[in-house]
Amino acid sequence: MARAATTADAFNAVAEPRRRQILDVLAGGERPVNDLVAQLGIAQPQVSKHLRVLREVGAVAVREDGRRRLYRLNGKALKPIHDWVKDYERTWSQRFDELDVVLEELKKEEGDASGN
Amino acid sequence: MPVATSQSARVTLPTDEQILITREFDAPKHLVFKAITTPELVKRWWNAKRGEVTIAEIDLRVGGKWRSVMIADGGFEVGFHGEYREIVPNERIVSTEVFEGAPGGDENGTVNTVTLTEQDGRTTLTTLVQAPSKEIRDAIIESGMEAGLQDALDLLEQLASSLR
Repeated sequence: MARAATTADAFNAVAEPRRRQILDVLAGGERPVNDLVAQLGIAQPQVSKHLRVLREVGAVAVREDGRRRLYRLNGKALKPIHDWVKDYERTWSQRFDELDVVLEELKKEEGDASGN
Repeated sequence: MPVATSQSARVTLPTDEQILITREFDAPKHLVFKAITTPELVKRWWNAKRGEVTIAEIDLRVGGKWRSVMIADGGFEVGFHGEYREIVPNERIVSTEVFEGAPGGDENGTVNTVTLTEQDGRTTLTTLVQAPSKEIRDAIIESGMEAGLQDALDLLEQLASSLR
């Protein structure tokens, strides 16, 4: 795959379904680890392991809040992944913009045929 | 131009092997179906503004084959082909799709499900691309990225010459 080496880690980190679940939960806001354990229904050591991987690639950031550690999304680290899909999306957007033109003509033809 | 709905297609990745493309059109679904299954009409939009579709063959029946070839603006030729597995007129098309030139041939093809849903004269088209593996899924997205990059370079070139 021709991806830049600097972003490969974030891609791999996010490829794991549980880690994507964690990111989904964190997309709703900052959470302590206990919340993640409750939402994912898996043991805390596993959640912590996934969080460590996500932190290593910068996808997740952490801060101390008294005795709790709060985890949050770091959108910047996920941007390459977002951009990666966006470019593909653009190909389809352009294709469909052309299709809009074809459809306008078909609508007009149909209107003409029915005498409108 | 009477085109009211130039809007972005939405792409999401529901699972590791899938791509879901969604777009709404300001037309009833029988016209969208016609536009995506009639060779001379497909030739007009499949190019995504970056080439000329030279071949669009559509044998619209279960087990029937389709093939399309585009000469991209860079001069290279890209071909796709597949077979229809399920056809519900104006509603749904399930077909296989193979990128010609990709290693692995037909084994690395995808199964694409196109669904048309109409509401108030507008049609939502969804295409669910099911790839045989995450690697293939990712490669498909990469290919779109290269095309996008080419586009950006073209724009840059235009901009550069306008500044001359």
